[in-house]
Amino acid sequence: MGLLSDPVRRRALARLVLRLNAPLWALPVAWLERTMRSVGLEVYTQSFSRKLPFPDETHERYMVSGTNVYGILRAPRAASTESLVLTVPCGSDSTNSQAVGLLLALAAHFRGQIYWAKDIIFLVTEHDLLGTEAWLEAYHDVNVTGMQSSPLQGRAGAIQAAVALELSSDVVTSLDVAVEGLNGQLPNLDLLNLFQTFCQKGGLLCTLQGKLQPQDWTSLDGPLQGLQTLLLMVLRQASGRPHGSHGLFLRYRVEALTLRGINSFRQYKYDLVAVGKALEGMFRKLNHLLERLHQSFFLYLLPALSRFVSIGLYMPAAGFLLLVLGLKALELWMQLHEAEVGLEEPGGAPGPSVPLPPSQGVGLASLVAPLLISQAMGLALYVLPVLGQHVATQHFPVAEAEAVVLTLLAIYAAGLALPHNTHRVVSTQAPDRGWMALKLVALIYLALQLGCIALTNFSLGFLLATTMVPAAALAKPHGPRTLYAALLVLTSPAATLLGSLFLWRELQEAPLSLAEGWQLFLAALAQGVLEHHTYGALLFPLLSLGLYPCWLLFWNVLFWK
Amino acid sequence: MAAPLALVLVVAVTVRAALFRSSLAEFISERVEVVSPLSSWKREWLKAFHCWTWEYLHILEQYFMKVSFCHPGWSAMAQSRLTATSTSQVQATPLPQPPEQLGPQTPLIIYLFHFLIDYAELVFMITDALTAIALYFAIQDFNKVVFKKQKLLLELDQYAPDVAELIRTPMEMRYIPLKVALFYLLNPYTILSCVAKSTCAINNTLIAFFILTTIKGSAFLSAIFLALATYQSLYPLTLFVPGLLYLLQRQYIPVKMKSKAFWIFSWEYAMMYVGSLVVIVCLSFFLLSSWDFIPAVYGFILSVPDLTPNIGLFWYFFAEMFEHFSLFFVCVFQINVFFYTIPLAIKLKEHPIFFMFIQIAIIAIFKSYPTVGDVALYMAFFPVWNHLYRFLRNIFVLTCIIIVCSLLFPVLWHLWIYAGSANSNFFYAITLTFNVGQILLISDYFYAFLRREYYLTHGLYLTAKDGTEAMLVLK
Repeated sequence: MGLLSDPVRRRALARLVLRLNAPLWALPVAWLERTMRSVGLEVYTQSFSRKLPFPDETHERYMVSGTNVYGILRAPRAASTESLVLTVPCGSDSTNSQAVGLLLALAAHFRGQIYWAKDIIFLVTEHDLLGTEAWLEAYHDVNVTGMQSSPLQGRAGAIQAAVALELSSDVVTSLDVAVEGLNGQLPNLDLLNLFQTFCQKGGLLCTLQGKLQPQDWTSLDGPLQGLQTLLLMVLRQASGRPHGSHGLFLRYRVEALTLRGINSFRQYKYDLVAVGKALEGMFRKLNHLLERLHQSFFLYLLPALSRFVSIGLYMPAAGFLLLVLGLKALELWMQLHEAEVGLEEPGGAPGPSVPLPPSQGVGLASLVAPLLISQAMGLALYVLPVLGQHVATQHFPVAEAEAVVLTLLAIYAAGLALPHNTHRVVSTQAPDRGWMALKLVALIYLALQLGCIALTNFSLGFLLATTMVPAAALAKPHGPRTLYAALLVLTSPAATLLGSLFLWRELQEAPLSLAEGWQLFLAALAQGVLEHHTYGALLFPLLSLGLYPCWLLFWNVLFWK
Repeated sequence: MAAPLALVLVVAVTVRAALFRSSLAEFISERVEVVSPLSSWKREWLKAFHCWTWEYLHILEQYFMKVSFCHPGWSAMAQSRLTATSTSQVQATPLPQPPEQLGPQTPLIIYLFHFLIDYAELVFMITDALTAIALYFAIQDFNKVVFKKQKLLLELDQYAPDVAELIRTPMEMRYIPLKVALFYLLNPYTILSCVAKSTCAINNTLIAFFILTTIKGSAFLSAIFLALATYQSLYPLTLFVPGLLYLLQRQYIPVKMKSKAFWIFSWEYAMMYVGSLVVIVCLSFFLLSSWDFIPAVYGFILSVPDLTPNIGLFWYFFAEMFEHFSLFFVCVFQINVFFYTIPLAIKLKEHPIFFMFIQIAIIAIFKSYPTVGDVALYMAFFPVWNHLYRFLRNIFVLTCIIIVCSLLFPVLWHLWIYAGSANSNFFYAITLTFNVGQILLISDYFYAFLRREYYLTHGLYLTAKDGTEAMLVLK
């Protein structure tokens, strides 16, 4: 205890362990290869390595290298132009070995059938999502994240659909299905319906977001539970993380979902045969597909497995929120316009040689400084933490991951303290013009960003719109400034993230204490940066390069002099 | 005034050089909004290499050796597409078909890049800078002319008595040329098309020089540059009328059907134009010893065989069209560019430069393969019409529409091609909105211009017959 009670030493030791990266459990590659080959698959391996931008403390990894093993079951009835994937991501421990067992059993069973018209790839990846990313990049022959991997020796045509399997025990009480992928992408709703049909057929209990399906929609409980599930989905989609290795397949336009076996204290348990049957059913159905699933079922929100909210219902909500910004901008524009006309009229009387009212020029010129400064802050927020981690670790007693997170917070807070406007003398006739023009620009900027985000990832757009729009519409340098400032701080992107974490745990019925919440917040920041660098998640750049500078503009409006 | 211009040039070149060096350059040069089949750098190489059976390849052998060395042809292109988008996505990606005819670049441009291929980045930066400088000096001269004319009319008491606030002052006109250069060089559209090495930048330079020489009053040079611009992209043909009108005005020749001087000068100018066009075309012929490039380039522009999505109005319409009706509708669509010239010439014969601005905008909107580079050219003229600002009615809404659409292009493209959750209709809807926004913006400017002219002669505070304040209605 004595050795590790000192935080600096403890961190040093943790870093040493991370650097050594001694895996406690490695994928038994040779055994897997042998077994897959004995089942009758074409077996290939792929090795990959990746140095993360900074140590990942949640997964305890830094310099990752591993091997993916995959076997291809060649379809007897067709040329290898299309394929399906069953994947089992293995982490740094043996928690998912039951899933590997089920995968092998399914492979042996599928091998005996003659009706396959699409090749089936059985993929076991090491280091869960990193392995999946490496395999997918190599399969499609792209390199988008700086992964180093050996090229694939065998391929099986365009992947039509993929199912990821995670089982932690050999009996399950229910299957949980995860759909949210990277950057909030969703698989086709038909794939989910397929899964639900087979679960019903096999009598399997399935859950969404860890919540049971409400049976009774007539009483108040059912819709309430649906709402909880819906909110959980919104939060998870907004996070833009791949929740399961299926999330990475979606980027390559492969319909995919993750099934998680849950073993709770429920009395009735299913063995893996039931899970296997459901999977077999799904694969046989997918095998029959003649073309891609229809394009119109990608935009949905799920309150329950059997119900969905379509885009036509939820998009107007976001639309109305953005309309607030648009109308507010229009109002400001009219006010500015009127002020200008009002200025011109007394000035126009003396004679023809009256110069153009300088207000317009000053208004525009005074905008350049705050815009540039806040955008530069955003750029610093994006670039500096990862770039400066080594400097930080040399001068302060912190580990790299902590350095990154603390730098993030420091820059974020420093942005608030910077004097943004250069205190240019605004004409005394219209002292309001400066901040009004700035707010006009900021409102349009915010509306544009939120609109684009809502189109690609509705949940994120909506979450940010509900928090940012009221404060943004209210911000002005008069009136109860402290109140406005408090409101703005509470709705800043970082505060939204913190609030979402609390809400998320509250909905999962595992409320957080403040200290835990703070820890989780720091971990989430580090994960956000890491996921941007390792998988190409866009939340971090969006917040740092887009929304944070925009939010700073409102902050600037509030403290306009 | 040269110092600020130099500063703007330095900033612009720095931004471009930084972008050329960044990883964004590749991404930008693939954007359909920025490069069209007609202006794409890559496509130019590719097509040129692919059509290696054509005679002119033997003549330009060295060029193609170079091309084949660094760009091994169509299959490599197809493969790079494949790697860029993944096998499964390729099914949805509208792959450009291997060309059936000669590459749509004019022979002179290919010949030019025969020498300059290694300095392409520099060439595109220089063309942008030249365009800006040409526009700068052109507008500087134009402003002098406008001011003189205004002074003359004031002295002649042509203006209504209460229009003092409409009179333009040297103070407000002083920075206009600089603003024009600024608008052109730092417009994101121009920067994007420069970084994508879209040959649209070269067309813009030619048009800018045509404007400069016209305003300077050199009929011969003006005809040559107009011929070059026409040779490059055909549509600048319509700029002949405003060019002629300006030169006539400059020489104080009234535009009257009965005036002899008018017909003589028009004939001279037309002959200079046609003559230089013939010389250029013949030069191309001697370069290739074949006429194949005429159907290949101008046929490509007029018959719109390549339906790769762009920001224009053609691609979706003709992708949906039955082959049978295609010819008729191509004619209808193409007429749009040329159709407005005559009414505009009648209405704006006293204001040829404004006419030129409107005509350039019409070309940018209705041409068959428009890119954002074309839009940038007419946007550079906005500062010239600063004095119309108070008469513009929807400038705020229209600016917002254009900005929103510019941002939504890549988003909806992503949803269509990569995420698969949207389809081509979404992208086309944005194209439509963008073009409607541009059309409304241009008509807003047109209306504002007419209104100002009306107020100048009739007085600012009009009263209707019953004594109430009157409103002008455009009919």
